[in-house]
Amino acid sequence: MNYLYVGMGGILGALARFCLGTAIQRITVTAFPYGTLTVNLLGSFLLGFITYGSLLKWQLPRPYVLAINTGIIGSFTTFSTFSVDTISLLEKAHYTAAWSYVLVSITGGLALAWLGIGLAHRLFINVKIRGDNQ
Amino acid sequence: MKLPLLVAAGGFLGAICRFGLNNFIQARHHKSFPFGTFIINVTGSFLLGLLFACRHLSSEVLFFLGTGFLGAYTTFSTYELEAVELIRRGRTIISLIYLVISVVIGIIFAYIGYSLGNYFY
Repeated sequence: MNYLYVGMGGILGALARFCLGTAIQRITVTAFPYGTLTVNLLGSFLLGFITYGSLLKWQLPRPYVLAINTGIIGSFTTFSTFSVDTISLLEKAHYTAAWSYVLVSITGGLALAWLGIGLAHRLFINVKIRGDNQ
Repeated sequence: MKLPLLVAAGGFLGAICRFGLNNFIQARHHKSFPFGTFIINVTGSFLLGLLFACRHLSSEVLFFLGTGFLGAYTTFSTYELEAVELIRRGRTIISLIYLVISVVIGIIFAYIGYSLGNYFY
């Protein structure tokens, strides 16, 4: 049954990625993959926030957590497109763009996931988060 | 009108495959390294590279398998959250290895898939 919840979430996540990615790529007329970048950064923030929000405050039942986190947000973001975008930039000899894309995706995703967790802590248990032992 | 439906169908199957494979892999080891997501992202990158090289495929197949299935099968947000959680648990080195290895192997596998596809088509 859990598989069905994840699958239903997957439908919403993939459609949201398709719509947002296409819309962003249409307004930014460039080879740089702003669509995938935006989707991956936004998803990293949301996953951090929602994972800790449901842990600390909302106490959602497991099927809901699976549908939202594993299903919707997991499918909204994508690693395979990120990899292929990078080799596509490298193939066109856009080395600086490829390197910036990888760096901004990884460090930005890390910072935003952290920010999402921090915001959930700030909102729901009102303590500053620096690490587990503080 | 047909493309969103294909993306949705691919997304349904991709998310289920990721969930199933991740459960299968994570139940079989006791290390803190997230092998499940790693294997999913690397295999998905290889397959999308392969698909990317097959230029004769119709846009229906590309949207179903590429944007829908492989897009949903692989995940970036879980990868980043797992890396943050490793750091928060004091496993900074493992987190950095996970971050770097995933990107390097993912891109290499996408390239291998792409080259294989170009070789055969």
